Amino acid sequence: MSIKKAALAAAVSFVAVTAAQADIKMAFIDPLSGPFGPSGEAAYTSFLLEAEKINAAGGVNGEMIEVTGYDNKINPKESLVQLQKAIDDGARYIFQGNGSSVAAALIDAVNKHNARNPGEEVIFFNYAAVTPAFTNEDCSFWHFRFDAHVDMKMAAITDYIKGQEDIKKVYLIGQDYVFGQAVAAAAEGMLKEKRPDIEIVGNELHPLGKVKDFTPYIQKIISSGADAVITGNWGADMQLLMKAAAESGSDIPYLTFYGGSKGAVAALADGAIDRLYQVTEAITNLPAGDEQNALVEEYKERFPDYDYYYHRAWNAMRMFKAAAEKAGSVDPIPVAKALEGLTIDEAYGGQVTMRAEDHQAQQNLYISTVAKVGDDVKYGVDNVDYGWKLVEGGKIDAAAAEQPTTCEMERPE
Amino acid sequence: METIVFALLNGVIYGLLLFMLSSGLTLIFSMMGVLNFAHASFYMLGAYFAYTIMGATSFWLALFIAPILVGLVGAVVERYGLRKVHANGHVAELLFTFGLAYLIEEVVKIVYGKTAVDYKIPDLLNFPAFTIYGASFPAYRMFMLFIAIGMLIGLWFLLKKTRAGLIIQAALTHPHMVGHLGHNVPLIFMTVFGIGCAMAGLAGVIAGNIFVTDPAMAVQMGPIVFVVVVVGGIGSLEGAFLASLLIGLIQNFAVGINASFAEIFWFTGLSPTSEIGDITISSLAPVMPFLILVLILIFRPRGLMGEQEL
Amino acid sequence: MSDTTQTYADIGPSSGAKFRQRFLPIAIFAAIILAIPMLDPSRTMLALMHQMAIYIVFALAYNMLLGKGGMLSFGHAVYFGLGGYFCMHAMNWIEEGGIWGAYPTFFLPLLGFLAGGVAAAVIGSFSTRRAGTTFAMISLGVAELIFAGAFMFDSLFGGEQGISGDRMNGPEVFGLTMGPQQDIYWFMAFWTILSVIAMYAFTRTPLGRLSEATRDNPQRVEFIGYNPTRVRWLVFTASGAFAGLAGGMSAVNYEIFTPEALSLIPSGFVLIMAYVGGITYFAGPIMGAILLTYMSSMLSDFTEAWLLYLGLMFVVIVMYAPRGIAGIVFGFWDGIRGSNPGAYLTNWLIRLFGSLLMLLGLIILVEVSVRWSNGWGEVFEPFGMHFPHESILTWIAIFVPLGAGAAILRHVTREKEEMAA
Repeated sequence: MSIKKAALAAAVSFVAVTAAQADIKMAFIDPLSGPFGPSGEAAYTSFLLEAEKINAAGGVNGEMIEVTGYDNKINPKESLVQLQKAIDDGARYIFQGNGSSVAAALIDAVNKHNARNPGEEVIFFNYAAVTPAFTNEDCSFWHFRFDAHVDMKMAAITDYIKGQEDIKKVYLIGQDYVFGQAVAAAAEGMLKEKRPDIEIVGNELHPLGKVKDFTPYIQKIISSGADAVITGNWGADMQLLMKAAAESGSDIPYLTFYGGSKGAVAALADGAIDRLYQVTEAITNLPAGDEQNALVEEYKERFPDYDYYYHRAWNAMRMFKAAAEKAGSVDPIPVAKALEGLTIDEAYGGQVTMRAEDHQAQQNLYISTVAKVGDDVKYGVDNVDYGWKLVEGGKIDAAAAEQPTTCEMERPE
Repeated sequence: METIVFALLNGVIYGLLLFMLSSGLTLIFSMMGVLNFAHASFYMLGAYFAYTIMGATSFWLALFIAPILVGLVGAVVERYGLRKVHANGHVAELLFTFGLAYLIEEVVKIVYGKTAVDYKIPDLLNFPAFTIYGASFPAYRMFMLFIAIGMLIGLWFLLKKTRAGLIIQAALTHPHMVGHLGHNVPLIFMTVFGIGCAMAGLAGVIAGNIFVTDPAMAVQMGPIVFVVVVVGGIGSLEGAFLASLLIGLIQNFAVGINASFAEIFWFTGLSPTSEIGDITISSLAPVMPFLILVLILIFRPRGLMGEQEL
Repeated sequence: MSDTTQTYADIGPSSGAKFRQRFLPIAIFAAIILAIPMLDPSRTMLALMHQMAIYIVFALAYNMLLGKGGMLSFGHAVYFGLGGYFCMHAMNWIEEGGIWGAYPTFFLPLLGFLAGGVAAAVIGSFSTRRAGTTFAMISLGVAELIFAGAFMFDSLFGGEQGISGDRMNGPEVFGLTMGPQQDIYWFMAFWTILSVIAMYAFTRTPLGRLSEATRDNPQRVEFIGYNPTRVRWLVFTASGAFAGLAGGMSAVNYEIFTPEALSLIPSGFVLIMAYVGGITYFAGPIMGAILLTYMSSMLSDFTEAWLLYLGLMFVVIVMYAPRGIAGIVFGFWDGIRGSNPGAYLTNWLIRLFGSLLMLLGLIILVEVSVRWSNGWGEVFEPFGMHFPHESILTWIAIFVPLGAGAAILRHVTREKEEMAA
């Protein structure tokens, strides 16, 4: 359980000050152990580092932030238990993202808690659970999402495929839960619309976090004759899928949401170049100022097992700070109201806007692939010599990435 | 056609791996009446020990030393733990091994961390052995096959061709008589327990880098190993062998078959979009071993080749 | 010829004894439960107590099978889960209205009772044909089967997301809206006391007595004319029903149910609870449930290695105290009132002292090891004392108490054996 250790490390520079004066308590509820532990830890360390920097610069409206981690083992019921614990510990802001099934349960629980306990509201900052429903039919005033959702990302990927003439057969593989199902549905719908000539030769959903050996799945992909694979797999499922793909020696390209999951690039090594693609809100090899590059390097130094990947975690913290400053308060309801419609500049030259209608963040998206570390690829990942590089025409402006919403939100007075 | 060949290859390898685990468990169960819940934990220990030893020296040393270490741990557990609990009956023994499984998992989590460790395939074996139908088959899996077959032959040789094996076979069915004849039965028990655990450890050494090495390994492998032992039958190594191959093959074949219930049971008019119609054979794969277990326990509690009833 | 006949009424317990043994403990238990709200517990405490209530009922239900029936099951969470799932669906039906709209959420556990009972009746029809290891293995297989199968039927089990609901629907009973934690406390109190009384009453019925007889000697039960398989099946059904009731309580408490609740992990947990508490005593599982729920909630805040302590405690109890905590408590109570209270008390205190010494050494060992293996440079510093793993003092602090404690315990047990001999 690295929770306390990581917290200790982050608080090392401000032991007495931060801990004693923590007025803004934030809870991080995500897997910190098990197959998705690394995904959760990577995000947790990101939040910790930014909280430390904000505290060092004077905090938010003069108050210090404390981020505490709660391990939910990717289980929705356990997440509710941890939520209760977090609320009892004084947390008013909840961060979660790795696992849409958990996010669904949390949105429900937060709604109920806020309705039953007026005056003790909590806000849910969703940094990674991208099932579209959370900012459409299940939208809630108490929920804000900082990552582009499935439809936005799939639109980016299918637009990229539109321009690739040699892709005629596509194989879909994903995790069998609400997120994986949403990815498959979006892929099928958008491909039919943009490239009706493409044949979908496979649509496979496997159990979440349980498959240790993806070789049978890879063999199915190879024998289907697919020209490309689209997958939303993340965490251990992504890494093991790539491991099996590398073993099989096939060179079918993978178009992914989370190809940057820890270990995926390292598993493919050379085979990842121009073969593994991902769509994200940023990559570390985009042109950026010195401050951002220094941050990327500091993160790597402090947490050598991980790479700077959760740019949205930094965006979320910065937007929180900006909203709290705009509202002049750190209480949930004023902050939430200030957050609606707020725009900040993000470190890679774009802007992030929190759309008031559905609490979905609008930002640039980038399609990238793997390349060897060299002149234009400065930072590698997974402690190997490969890093992410923007593909030709891979930048999608925030305006182009925007998707409509069906959200009808009820707001408090 | 490709699916069949791959499923066959992978199924046999997985089945042999299961046999490495279940052979030890069968021996222990038949001889001592103890269903060792912690058997899969020794499998996990084998993988972790190999990871540590490989980090310090080489995979080949790990291949030899790790199973021996695991066997020693097993012997110690038997001598100081199990023997004491034996007086309180079978249920107490079962509970002891159950608690032991818990303990081993927790100790591993503390020593090695809660997430998976990077136990790698040795570079020497990390190449494709041959290519069929466009997919390459890793050499390491052939290596697993050889080790498993080698262990099988070694076990058979030990039991059928050596004097010690003769005594063990006798103690399997008539421990008291063997004691009366002057052999040190507790020592035999301890040895067999140690050997069983060592075999599980060896399985862990060779499987830990293909399947992930994390603290949840034992909990995932454990129930399937029990299924194999029970389906194969008590006191029967041949039964365990058959059952392991059967289960290994079924699981690997099932994943490859995409036929849904709606397609198979078309004559009932089941709609492919309904929940039941949507179930495919491949999604049934994790359920298969337990289905077989329940069916065998209802209709043939002796197991496939067992001599006595469970 | 003098009249030496005795009626059964004469050799039965006196009404005073009956009151003390049967009525009083339950009355005290109920009184404690009813008095707790007067202490104005915090929300965390309330949440903890609700968890304890659920596990008390679950563990008692499990002990009907293990302690009283002699059937070791590794899959009892299946009935807990099926009962809970049925209640979650019912909760959603209540919300939708119609016929179900008139059913109060307060009485959902009754539905859980029914669902658990039906499931246990069906599965028990083939699994109870044999006892012992076969039964344990079938229960394991069934549990894994249902757990794996749960992911295939999303409409029933909700897949990864599970089924959620809102308990604040339907008619209100006893003036409870079922929203705030205080209301739920009364809900839990009601069902816990009711279940405890019901399960205790069960042990006093002929079926309850027969199940204990079947545990001890099934052949003899056949001789006196009863079918042990039938007895086992009926007990299994009753046990599953009460497990389903606990599942209903859990459904109302958390308003969500996921397939993990059906797996081997909660089954193992309730087994540990019942066994640690003491399976030969009725109150044993209650003690086990309270202790283990407390450990799993509160202890995890103090130490990373709490599961290790739990496992160690379980193994120690299996090896050295098979009658569990209840056995220790009641054994102490009997010993104090026995022939030589003074000597018994001294003996007991010495053993306690030895055990505490060993515990001390063990805690230091585990905590120092944990921090050492983490590699973060953290040092174990309880109550201002300093235990770095490099310092030789730490290792002295570990091995001296361990050794001393072990020596004391050995000496005392040997003395006791010599005294007894």
